[in-house]
Amino acid sequence: MGSQGGFGQSKEFLDLVKSIGEARSKSEEDRIVLREIETLKRRINEPDIPKRKMKEYIIRLVYIEMLGHDASFGYIHAVKMTHDDSLLLKRTGYLAVTLFLNEDHDLIILIVNTIQKDLKSDNYLVVSAALNACCKLINEETIPAVIQQVVELLGHPKEGVRKKAVMALHSFHQRSPSSVNHLISNFRKRLSDNDPGVMGATLFPLYDLITIDVNSYKDLVASFVNILKQVAERRLPKTYDYHQTPAPFIQIKLLKILSLLGSGDKKSSEQMYTVIGDIMRKSDTSSNIGNAILYECICCISSIQPSPKLLETAADAIANFLKSDSHNLKYMGIDALGRLIRISPDIAEQHQLAVIDCLEDPDDTLKRKTFELLYKMTKSSNVEVIVDRMIDYMISINDNHYKTETASRCVELAEQFAPSNHWFIQTMNKVFQHAGDLVNPKVAHNLMRLIAEGFGEDDDTADSQLRLSAVESYLKIVDEPKLPSAFLQVICWVLGEYGTADGKYSASYISGKLCDVAEAHSSDDIVKGYAVTALMKVYCFEKAAGRKMSLLPECQSLLDELSASHSSDLQQRAYEFRAVLDLDVNAIENIMPLDASCEDIEIDKSLSFLNDYVQKSFEQGAEPYIPENERSGTLNISSIRNHNSYEHSTHSLRFEAYDVPKPVVPTKLPPAVAYPTDLVPVTVNVTEPSYQPSSVQPTWPLVPVSDAGSGSGSTELKLRLDGVQKKWGKPTYSSGASSSTSNFESHTTMDNGARQPDTVMSKSLPRESKQSHAEVSEEKQKLAASLFGGATSRSERKQSGGAAGHSKVSRTTNHGEDKVRPATVTVTTAVQPPPPDLLDLGESAGDTSSYSSTVDPFQQLEGLLDLNQDNAAATSNAPDLMSSLYSDADTNGSLNQNPNPMNGSVNPSKKTASLTKGPSLKDALDKDALVRQMGVNPTSQNPNLFSDLLG
Amino acid sequence: MAAIRAEMVAGHPRSPGSYCGLVPSTRLQIQPNSTSTKHLQNLRCFLLCFIHAKMIRFILLQNRQGKTRLAKYYIPLEESEKHKVEYEVHRLVVNRDPKFTNFVEFRTHKVIYRRYAGLFFSLCVDMTDNELAYLECIHLFVEILDHFFSNVCELDLVFNFHKVYLILDEFILAGELQETSKRAIIERMGELEKQE
Repeated sequence: MGSQGGFGQSKEFLDLVKSIGEARSKSEEDRIVLREIETLKRRINEPDIPKRKMKEYIIRLVYIEMLGHDASFGYIHAVKMTHDDSLLLKRTGYLAVTLFLNEDHDLIILIVNTIQKDLKSDNYLVVSAALNACCKLINEETIPAVIQQVVELLGHPKEGVRKKAVMALHSFHQRSPSSVNHLISNFRKRLSDNDPGVMGATLFPLYDLITIDVNSYKDLVASFVNILKQVAERRLPKTYDYHQTPAPFIQIKLLKILSLLGSGDKKSSEQMYTVIGDIMRKSDTSSNIGNAILYECICCISSIQPSPKLLETAADAIANFLKSDSHNLKYMGIDALGRLIRISPDIAEQHQLAVIDCLEDPDDTLKRKTFELLYKMTKSSNVEVIVDRMIDYMISINDNHYKTETASRCVELAEQFAPSNHWFIQTMNKVFQHAGDLVNPKVAHNLMRLIAEGFGEDDDTADSQLRLSAVESYLKIVDEPKLPSAFLQVICWVLGEYGTADGKYSASYISGKLCDVAEAHSSDDIVKGYAVTALMKVYCFEKAAGRKMSLLPECQSLLDELSASHSSDLQQRAYEFRAVLDLDVNAIENIMPLDASCEDIEIDKSLSFLNDYVQKSFEQGAEPYIPENERSGTLNISSIRNHNSYEHSTHSLRFEAYDVPKPVVPTKLPPAVAYPTDLVPVTVNVTEPSYQPSSVQPTWPLVPVSDAGSGSGSTELKLRLDGVQKKWGKPTYSSGASSSTSNFESHTTMDNGARQPDTVMSKSLPRESKQSHAEVSEEKQKLAASLFGGATSRSERKQSGGAAGHSKVSRTTNHGEDKVRPATVTVTTAVQPPPPDLLDLGESAGDTSSYSSTVDPFQQLEGLLDLNQDNAAATSNAPDLMSSLYSDADTNGSLNQNPNPMNGSVNPSKKTASLTKGPSLKDALDKDALVRQMGVNPTSQNPNLFSDLLG
Repeated sequence: MAAIRAEMVAGHPRSPGSYCGLVPSTRLQIQPNSTSTKHLQNLRCFLLCFIHAKMIRFILLQNRQGKTRLAKYYIPLEESEKHKVEYEVHRLVVNRDPKFTNFVEFRTHKVIYRRYAGLFFSLCVDMTDNELAYLECIHLFVEILDHFFSNVCELDLVFNFHKVYLILDEFILAGELQETSKRAIIERMGELEKQE
């Protein structure tokens, strides 16, 4: 116990603390606490407790709560204590309630009155205590009750009170900006307060306000710079020094504010250069706090309009960080490097070995930070090494949250920069195999779409090669135990669609494998569904090709099993399969055309093909159909089912008129519904009879009878196929882009033709990137070369693109080389795979800073949209991004002046695109291309999207 | 999907190896039926964090056994969530090599911790915030405690936890550094002491 221990508390209390401290086990501790709770419950309600005693009881309650037990029985006593006249008791009361209650607790209403009274007190200590409580307890509804008084306190003679009033106002602003908006000018005023503490406190609300709206605060740049200068020149009282550094925490906050204000603003930035330079020169690199300031300076430099001189200083500082033995400093160095790399991509090269060291460090935090850096500097030249490393790491960790993140990063990088299709599929296989259940289901559908669509170009051999390699790899993998469900779905789909396509594998072999899958994963209905549909396709293709083939015995037994399955979806699939087996070749060709998964299916929304049938029924005296809303009495079962399938609404009462009924069309369903299991509702309406075998007879014959051209039969049966396709098919495209893609493709191919000789002509260097990829584990140097080498040597980068051995540039949308091309296509990629919802949330919480590079691009875009809706004028994020984009382009302007041959050959297609899209886009596209060349993470800065948003 | 969601709500999976003697597993198990409310809770928390761009989310003082010596939350959390947070943070920091960084990723945030004798001081902050500055912030707090208790030791904090709360309230308010002058805080505490 220290010199001041005790403080007049009773022996009882000291004993309690002691016995808790000596408790051997948690259960012993719990016993003691429970006994204490009993004692307190009894005593606290006794009449006429001396105030001092009561205070101790409250403190004991705090202690109980701190140990994780419920002390809510005593909350009311703590609230009562805030009413006490004695400051000591009042403070204890306030302390207890701020610890016990959240802002939405029912008891708050009892405290507001006291707070109001205390804010008017003559004793500034009472006022301070009330202000402390304000910050924690006043919620949106009660703000109006106290706000006037808090504002008045901004002019209180005691600096401590002014400071707390600023903080309280700030916390009100965070809770409910609208209720404080008319008062924010007060923050500006307080910035010039005589007391450095008050000024320091003002920086927090101002920082928030500037984050929201940069432009209204540009006039303060000079003031902030001035304050920072004074702080750095030690003009503040000595008491603010910390380890011989003048007011470091204020300096850091000021630098944060300046980096917001200077971002993309040349004029403001120029005012800051001198003071930042001074601070960096003066900072003490031997202490943590000195380095913290240095780091903040680097962040600021990377955010404001770049100054070559400062960039140099920043690079030096980073070098010192990375050279340091301290892990903390290395970590800061890696982080700073990641920020600076956006502006000067070359800087990473000199630190390659240090980066590799960090990558292999046993400290996980450092390792992850380094992976983040690698993720930011991935290009097509080093994507193989980086993604391989990331996958290895992903396999080695158990933390699901981070595993998910790494997996989605791998997928993103692979989709963007894949050097070859084969590599892409191999990579995706690995990701799926080890984290299949963690990645977004969309990724699986993207993969299926890729395999199905090929690359949107006319070269069928490349497509079929890709499919064959996919099929081969899947056949190899499929027998492994414990494959994730999402991956098995992809496997089944691909095997069904393309397993027999080029005749290498026999239908019976493929269907045997599919049966094995269904059998091995008998608990997973979705996989079984995929498998049985795949089987159906295999048989149909065989039959359509005129080959006679009988059902394998295991397939037969699978069908038998599924026909009696509890899952109606599986049952339906099985019955459909059976029905299809009985059809003749012609019908099958119509139902299951070979390789038609990408074709659009026309759907007759009005079900006009049934008109004849309906007419005939009428003639036979059938009742006309009465729409549900016109029906008065009972609902029959089928109508409920119908209803449910297209109206997700419940059976609750409706008070409004019904809308025009929505047609039951798969394409109209929101993509969100398109989860595999939803196949059922889509098909239910049309093929409903298959649930009741007895009614199968009347409908099935309809299929072949009705003429195939009208789409009645084919629509009906192909629906299932369509359900599968829909998820990754048309609806996920933004419609405008998809049309432009197609008319764009012809240029692409031309372009490729033109580029081909280029690739061949470029010296056939040994494929460095490939080689080092093979020897990664042997030599760090090699790894470094493959990671960083690509940064400068563009020829090598091209090489790796060509090295894939595909005459075709792989996927139009995603290939790294394609980044040079106009971005019409990229829009689609950028929009397509939104990250998993939850991850999404998490990231939005984590990355709310203005540093675009660390922020998930999708969130950023979403954020932009939101902001723009709120505020039509250019808002904080948008200009930030725009400007950083443009500043990138500006600094690298030299590249623009001597376009290399590759750029030249690309030009024609660029022009055509800009013609089709309107001239205003061209600049943006050029800049985008440039930025991409510099290796900046492309998805975060997509000019197309900005031009759309900003007009 | 459901599995992923449950996992996300639960945060990091528990690893039985690092279970710290004093905490029985029952204390931290999540009731399966409360998952949806928890999810909402987390959602609210995340949203809140989004609004409060950069602030301290909570401060924990724990000893090596994982006993909480002081806990102050600047974001609304439910009791069960708090226990989970305390357990997880302790697990994250207690076995780290002293040579390693003083920063650990914690769900979507970052915990900056520093060890003084047997006591861990942990701050939870935003992912992108200046880690070194917060590390020094912890040290400044300890310096203040040291000054106030003259040569602070763990027992001072154990028996005077309510004073530590008061000091903390002068140092950090609403998740932001309120006062960085050691002397100003000590003087303020002196004025309060006079009232005793």
